[in-house]
Amino acid sequence: MMIPQSHFLILGAVLFALGLYGALTRRTAIGILMSIELVLNAANINLITFNRFLGSPDGLGQIFALFVIAIAAASAVVGLVLVIAVYRNMKTIFTDKINLMKW
Amino acid sequence: MVKYAHLIPLFPFIAFAINILFGRRLKKASAVISITASTISLAIAAVTYAGFLKGGGSYAVGRWLSFGGIPLDFGVTVDGLSCMMLMVVTIVGTLIQVYSVGYMHDDKRFSRFFAYLSLFMGSMLGLLLSDNFVMLYIFWEGVGLCSYLLISFWFERPAAAKAGMKAFITTRIGDTGLLIGILLLFFSAKTLYFRDLGHLGINDALLTVIALLIFCGAVGKSAQFPLHVWLPDAMEGPTPVSALIHAATMVAAGVYLVARTYGLFIAHHGALIWVAYIGAITALMAATIATVNNDIKRILAYSTISQLGLMMLALGVGGYEGGTFHLMTHAFFKALLFLCAGSVIHAVHTQDIFKMGGLLGKMKVTGWTFIIGSLAIAGVPPLSGFWSKDEMLSEILREGHPFLFAIAVITSLLTAFYMFRLIFVVLFGKPRSELHAHESPAVMTIPLAVLAVFSVFAGFFKPVKVEYFMLGVSMFIVIGGIGTAYVFYILGNKVLPASVRSKFSFLYKIILNKYYIDEIYEAALIRPCMSLAKFAASFDLRFVDGAVNLTAYLSMIAGRIQSWFDKYIVDGAVNMVANITWLCSAVFRRLQTGFIQNYILIAFLGLAIMILIKLIGGY
Amino acid sequence: MPFPLLTAITFMPLLAGIIILLVPKNRTGLIKGIATAATGIVLVLSILMLTGFDYNSSAMQFSENLSWIPQVNINYHLGVDGISIGLIFLTALLGFLACVGSYGIKERQKEYYFLYLLLNTGMLGTFLALDLFLFYVFWEVVLVPMYFLIGIWGGPRKEYAAIKFFIYTLAGSVFMLLSILALYFASQPHTFNMLELASGNCGVFAKGFQIIVFAGFYLGFAIKVPVFPFHTWLPDAHVEAPTPISVLLAGVLLKMGGYGFFRISYPILKDAAIYFALPFAILGLINIVYGAFVAMAQTDFKKMVAYSSVSHMGFVMLGLASMTITGFNGALLQMFNHGIITGGLFLLVGVLYDRAHTRDIDKFGGLGAKMPVYAGVLTVFTLASLGLPGLSGFVSEFMSLMGGFISFRLITAISVLGIVITAGYFLYMIQRVLLGPLNNAWTGISDINKRELFTLVPLMAVVIAIGVYPLMILNYQSAAIAKLIQDIGGLLL
Repeated sequence: MMIPQSHFLILGAVLFALGLYGALTRRTAIGILMSIELVLNAANINLITFNRFLGSPDGLGQIFALFVIAIAAASAVVGLVLVIAVYRNMKTIFTDKINLMKW
Repeated sequence: MVKYAHLIPLFPFIAFAINILFGRRLKKASAVISITASTISLAIAAVTYAGFLKGGGSYAVGRWLSFGGIPLDFGVTVDGLSCMMLMVVTIVGTLIQVYSVGYMHDDKRFSRFFAYLSLFMGSMLGLLLSDNFVMLYIFWEGVGLCSYLLISFWFERPAAAKAGMKAFITTRIGDTGLLIGILLLFFSAKTLYFRDLGHLGINDALLTVIALLIFCGAVGKSAQFPLHVWLPDAMEGPTPVSALIHAATMVAAGVYLVARTYGLFIAHHGALIWVAYIGAITALMAATIATVNNDIKRILAYSTISQLGLMMLALGVGGYEGGTFHLMTHAFFKALLFLCAGSVIHAVHTQDIFKMGGLLGKMKVTGWTFIIGSLAIAGVPPLSGFWSKDEMLSEILREGHPFLFAIAVITSLLTAFYMFRLIFVVLFGKPRSELHAHESPAVMTIPLAVLAVFSVFAGFFKPVKVEYFMLGVSMFIVIGGIGTAYVFYILGNKVLPASVRSKFSFLYKIILNKYYIDEIYEAALIRPCMSLAKFAASFDLRFVDGAVNLTAYLSMIAGRIQSWFDKYIVDGAVNMVANITWLCSAVFRRLQTGFIQNYILIAFLGLAIMILIKLIGGY
Repeated sequence: MPFPLLTAITFMPLLAGIIILLVPKNRTGLIKGIATAATGIVLVLSILMLTGFDYNSSAMQFSENLSWIPQVNINYHLGVDGISIGLIFLTALLGFLACVGSYGIKERQKEYYFLYLLLNTGMLGTFLALDLFLFYVFWEVVLVPMYFLIGIWGGPRKEYAAIKFFIYTLAGSVFMLLSILALYFASQPHTFNMLELASGNCGVFAKGFQIIVFAGFYLGFAIKVPVFPFHTWLPDAHVEAPTPISVLLAGVLLKMGGYGFFRISYPILKDAAIYFALPFAILGLINIVYGAFVAMAQTDFKKMVAYSSVSHMGFVMLGLASMTITGFNGALLQMFNHGIITGGLFLLVGVLYDRAHTRDIDKFGGLGAKMPVYAGVLTVFTLASLGLPGLSGFVSEFMSLMGGFISFRLITAISVLGIVITAGYFLYMIQRVLLGPLNNAWTGISDINKRELFTLVPLMAVVIAIGVYPLMILNYQSAAIAKLIQDIGGLLL
């Protein structure tokens, strides 16, 4: 039996909602990064789902998902590096404490 | 031979220059220079006199100034008056300088003394020769300066320093009158020459004012009431100075001035009578003071004032001949008297006559010349004083002034009395204190002897007709005055004077204190003047300078106010603009939380709203 | 082109001042040498000028006229006539003697001599300038060095005195500048040339205009003279200034005001001058009598001499007010004589101050015995100052009074009282300083030394020479004065 398209879309939506919630509520930079990863993965699921059900011949959606995974990895690296650098200087990764440039 | 007259004052001036510049090296030789110079002047004066008798007169020497087109040439006057005075001044001056060699022999400023004496001689001779008011005024002040310098010659003594200043300032008050008189004369008559005085062509009132102003100068110089106060104090100077300047020559300059400008005075009698009354007051007042004073030099000083007053009195009633005649004879015998007094002081080192006594035995030359001088001044015939006094008295009576005649007679009587009081106390009787008197050296006694000769015979220079009435009056004066003195101080000795004194104690006290004139001046003039000066100074400091400082202070205040205005109003406006901007930003910056999550939330909500609009709108 | 004598006189001190700036500051001997040489050369040049001067002519001599700022018709115009020649000689003489008198100054000598020389240039230029703009420039050039000379080398209250002097004088010169500009714009064609303005070729000014312009100039000049009630800067400045500067202040700076009346106010503003004659005479009287009274109450020697200056400058006012040849001659001569006499008196006060470190007259006494030469010199200058005939002060005072008497009898007669008071305070000073018993505090005091005597003897020679033969200097000025009186319509007396 074929799992209907709507299930995939709901999964993607839930995942997006979880990620968005995490990104908005987490206090630590790591948490925010992780949540953003969730949001990206939700997007991946959507991309693959529409590739499968809309029947794209050249698998453009899958290729796009692979790109997203690669870029997510790169952005995670940059993000973590920033977090480590901030931690070294300020001994904290709570974003509300990082207010050096705030007036 | 008149044409050399202008050289007469020149030699003493040269001597002054040499002595003042090289005095320290010259030491005693400076006396030789001064005496030589005045001897040369004496010789030229004699030549000039001879020339004058042969005929010859005034002449101009050279231009000195020009007052806006009116030139002022210096010239010399050679007439009977100036010739007579030139002879008197050069003879007396030379003798006194010789005398000074002895009197001043151990003074540390010996050469300075002779320098000043030469300066005085030059100025005095210049004064006598002047043919105009400016030149006269110049030398007039010049002799005043010498008087000042010589009175305060022993300046270490505060009294001498003060006396010099007093003399200079007192005479200067009179000179101010003289100066204004000169200015007024120049203004109204456009001339300053004595030769024009007879025909000025200005009205009587102005003439009287000018004459009186010029007389002010004479009052100061000749120590007439009310400016006589300096002369007694001037006795602080060395005695030769008193003899030369304050008896024989300089103080006579006032009388000389009146005689010289007589044309001005006789033109209108309004001024002349003032001269007579001032002279009379002075003569009587000074004679009374002289009778009670105990200081040998001051007695002579008051005597000088009194005699000068007599001369003024004579001139004031129109007795030109008698006044000028007495001017000459007085110069000789008063110089003699002062030099005798100097010789006495030199010997006994005190000036109080009641510490002396019996000096005639020890000081023969001094004593006898002293007596000769006193006889001359008392008017004993046929000594010089008799002739001149006789002429004055007869002129006063002839001009119809019985009251003034009485004053003159009383003055003469007093003169004879106080002079012989002096003689009897100093020369006769017994010594009143331990004195080691000795006769002075020849350099001092020879001038005395020479002057004594002049005192005896000077009266014969001028032929005078003797009136028997006057002779009688003179004899009364002489016998009365000398007799009273004899009764008081030889016979009665101490007892009688004391009883007279106690009988008139009130009068005696006033006279002894010189009528309190010094005290009145101190209270009425000097103190107010000083306090006016102090007031002016504090006014200057408080008000005038205070106004300046107040202006500065007010500027500072204004500056402060403006600074406040600038700070709070002008700069305040600028700050207010800034503050408003700040307030606005304070509101809007709330949006910029700096939290990334807020931004994301807003972005998401925005997106959600956009999607919602899309869905509802159905595009 | 002939040798520019006047430019040489004016700028020689400045040139020397610039050379001094290039000399290391520890070579004080060289600095003094340069300054003395420069002022000496100025003196020699001024004597050359005197010898080459034709005193029968009333015209400007040795004139130099170059265009400076042609757009507004400003010229570099120098010239000398009978009115200024005496003052230039006075400035040169005092400039030289005060320079020798400055050897006693030990601190910051390089700056001192530079400022001193700059001051000299300013003073000489003021007397020589014939262009109002140039005159103003030199006038202000005098102020600045004077401010520093008082403010740095002065006495205990030097800052106060320096600022007071500077601001007071500057306030006056602002009004002067306004008047200069008013004259410039009122003349047709516009000119700053004093001679042109005086000649009437540039239009005749209305009386009301003249009075206002005259008042402006008056403020500038009267503060310098100084005329009551603008005189109070003078005692303060004198007391605080070092001796040589006091000499120049009294000797030369005060004359700038009087010279301004002679050169600018009277010739250019004739009607106003006549209008203001009576106030001038009254102010002269106040200066003479009031100054003398205030001087009498002083115990500070320098202050006494300063107030005596106020009194003596009153004769200048009186002579000016008289509008007569005699009075003008007297006033001009009085300025010259006062410069010499008071300059000498300040040098003498300095001599005493250097030894005793006090100027309180009451603290001395009997110095005549310890310092006979000093006593003699002081007596001569004092007597000259109190107007003793035979010394220079008498001639000018007498001529001023003579002239004044023609126009204002009563005022002049009262002024004569000032002479008595003057005699009073000067003799009182002599009595307290020189006469009487020696004050024990001064037993070790030494007499005047050769250098000090060197600065005083020339002044004394001038005092005696003019007193004995006044025509010596009156000859120089009489032609110019006669022409001036003729031009302004005064009395030819």
